[in-house]
Amino acid sequence: MLKGMFTIAAAATLLGAAVTAQVQAQESVQVGLVLPMTGPFASTGRQVEAGARLYMQQHGDEVGGRKIELIVKDDGGVADQTKRIAQELVVREGADVLAGFGLTPLAMATAPIATQARVPMIVMAAATSSITEKSPFIVRSSFTLPQAALGIARWAAENGITEAATLVSDYAPGHDAADAFRKVFEEAGGTVIEQAAVPLKDPDFAPYLQRIRDAGPQGLFVFVPSGVGSLLMKQFDERGLDDAGIKLIATGDVTDDDILDQMGDVALGAITAQHYSAAHDSPENKEFVDAFKEANGNSRPNFMAVGGYDGMHLVYEALKATDGETGEALVEAMKGLSWESPRGPVSIDPETRDIVQDIYIREVKEQDGELYNVEFDRIEQVKDPVKADWSQQF
Amino acid sequence: MEILFWLLPIPLFFLFGLRLPLLTEIAILALFALSLDLILGYAGIVSLGHAAFFGLGAYTAGLLAVHGWGEPITGLLAAGAVATAAGFVSSFLVLRGSDLTRLMVTLAISMMLLEAANRLAWLTGGADGLYGVTMWPIFGIFEFDLYGHTAYWYSVIVLFISFVALRAIVNSPFGLALRGVKGNPLRMRAIGAPVNRHLVKAFTIGAGFAGIAGGLLAQATQFVSLDVLAFHRSAEALLVLVIGGSGAVYGGILGAAAFRVLQEWLSGITPQYWQFWLGAGLIVLVLFARGGLIGLWRALVRRLHRTRDEEAR
Repeated sequence: MLKGMFTIAAAATLLGAAVTAQVQAQESVQVGLVLPMTGPFASTGRQVEAGARLYMQQHGDEVGGRKIELIVKDDGGVADQTKRIAQELVVREGADVLAGFGLTPLAMATAPIATQARVPMIVMAAATSSITEKSPFIVRSSFTLPQAALGIARWAAENGITEAATLVSDYAPGHDAADAFRKVFEEAGGTVIEQAAVPLKDPDFAPYLQRIRDAGPQGLFVFVPSGVGSLLMKQFDERGLDDAGIKLIATGDVTDDDILDQMGDVALGAITAQHYSAAHDSPENKEFVDAFKEANGNSRPNFMAVGGYDGMHLVYEALKATDGETGEALVEAMKGLSWESPRGPVSIDPETRDIVQDIYIREVKEQDGELYNVEFDRIEQVKDPVKADWSQQF
Repeated sequence: MEILFWLLPIPLFFLFGLRLPLLTEIAILALFALSLDLILGYAGIVSLGHAAFFGLGAYTAGLLAVHGWGEPITGLLAAGAVATAAGFVSSFLVLRGSDLTRLMVTLAISMMLLEAANRLAWLTGGADGLYGVTMWPIFGIFEFDLYGHTAYWYSVIVLFISFVALRAIVNSPFGLALRGVKGNPLRMRAIGAPVNRHLVKAFTIGAGFAGIAGGLLAQATQFVSLDVLAFHRSAEALLVLVIGGSGAVYGGILGAAAFRVLQEWLSGITPQYWQFWLGAGLIVLVLFARGGLIGLWRALVRRLHRTRDEEAR
């Protein structure tokens, strides 16, 4: 008797849950944003969320006849948490889009969920080339490290650097960056004489920098994830690599707009390549930066923020195209989209679902009393070189 | 009472059918905390590196699955076996010192394993995590599904079996001897008890169950990352014991449930500052409920008994 009542009660609860889920699904599109909001990579989460929220603030929360709802969850940068949260977002909240993903392992762990649940997954930050191959539902709005590394390698080879060393964080994006740099740099006639991989968490660069100083290259290529750059800059200066005539060249992660101004004069003159600078000279970017600063207590957007902003743009435009339909149709609608982002002209490669964008070569300079990455050259419409044919990129 | 407690997973399954991944995680954390409790709460060996065995188990189960052996139960046993062996070997190192040295040695062992897993990227996937863990259905029938039904029942049943085993251990003469060692090792030695052998045994068994917990996590999430070996795992298990109460078999389970639910609830309200509130909650708990939730429960029962006794008089 008791058991029977229990079953009925349980069934009723389940039914109730299912009904509410369905009603919600018809009314609004749930975008589950899973990001590291605490821990060492909290700045990534903060920037991506702010970028996504800014987009919604500017464009309203209704598109294709449906309301957009953003659910932000913290994964603390721990991969099994990311996966569990994504799984719960799909089965419990009925999320129609998964988005965010601050680091490569977090995106990799979640990829099977997107495939199983047939839910579009927008990678707004993680930058290892192979991520988009892990699920046909992944679309990327950030960048890939080989894109950035390619730009700086070419610049180095063309500007009198013949011997270079590389220093990267020891995880997939780092290896991607080092490999891409080496490939392009050596193809252009340079040689890489020293390669270092530093642990991702709690890094101490000093011993590696000393070894590189002793090897005496003309340039040092660096990639570290967003947020760690200031420590690297400080130790680069302390170890006197500057005085030894070693030029610092890097992907834009190192001179991240979020922390660049606090780095001080050490950063001046550093040459980096990346897809976004807060100093990018376009009306779209000016509007974006001003609105971002106003909404976020005068702090500057970085490339993570623009990844979140453009990621939401993808959701909005695709929903317009499908007239509110989600699932596979939404991914289809994202393929081939092109638009003018705050970073410049971009598009989604319909074959790889990865972003195609201009890569800028920048120098750290003082502008209006603050440090900025000032763009002085660019390579137009770079596809991810690992998935595209390398030769097309030259 | 106890039967009621162990029937709880059934209504939980129906009531929170869409939150099963969280419940699964609670079961795994509870098992991990239980394994630490045997070492800390019963044998009195302090450890800051229990994650070493958790991580070993996780990588064992994960690697087996990646390399073509996705059978869950044998995978889990293998995870336990590897961790048991590692626990046995390292116990001699750990038990050499006093409390402070033990803290450091256990911490060092877990740090070394973490670094090794990071370096051996060709094997473990390094900081990118072990990708491509595919589990076969349990008994060839129950497939691991998106809703996490299978993972939930699997974890709960493994937790239950381990719980029964651990309780039998702590209630056996060996368990009593352990408590004696914790209370006064000199006296135990004086009455001729093989103190060191007891401690080695306890540490080894604790490590083995931690390995099973790790294996369970790898199989349930089908992913292994370096975090399984990280310091915060060890710290989390300690926190769970502080919240739940150590030296009591139900402490780990209550603590794990309270900790995860609190974390989930707070981080839902404030994704950026939940750690602050969790910390504040912990301080209150330590100040006002010394023996953790189990301590509170016992105090409550005692008070009830006393009032009943007084009424009887």
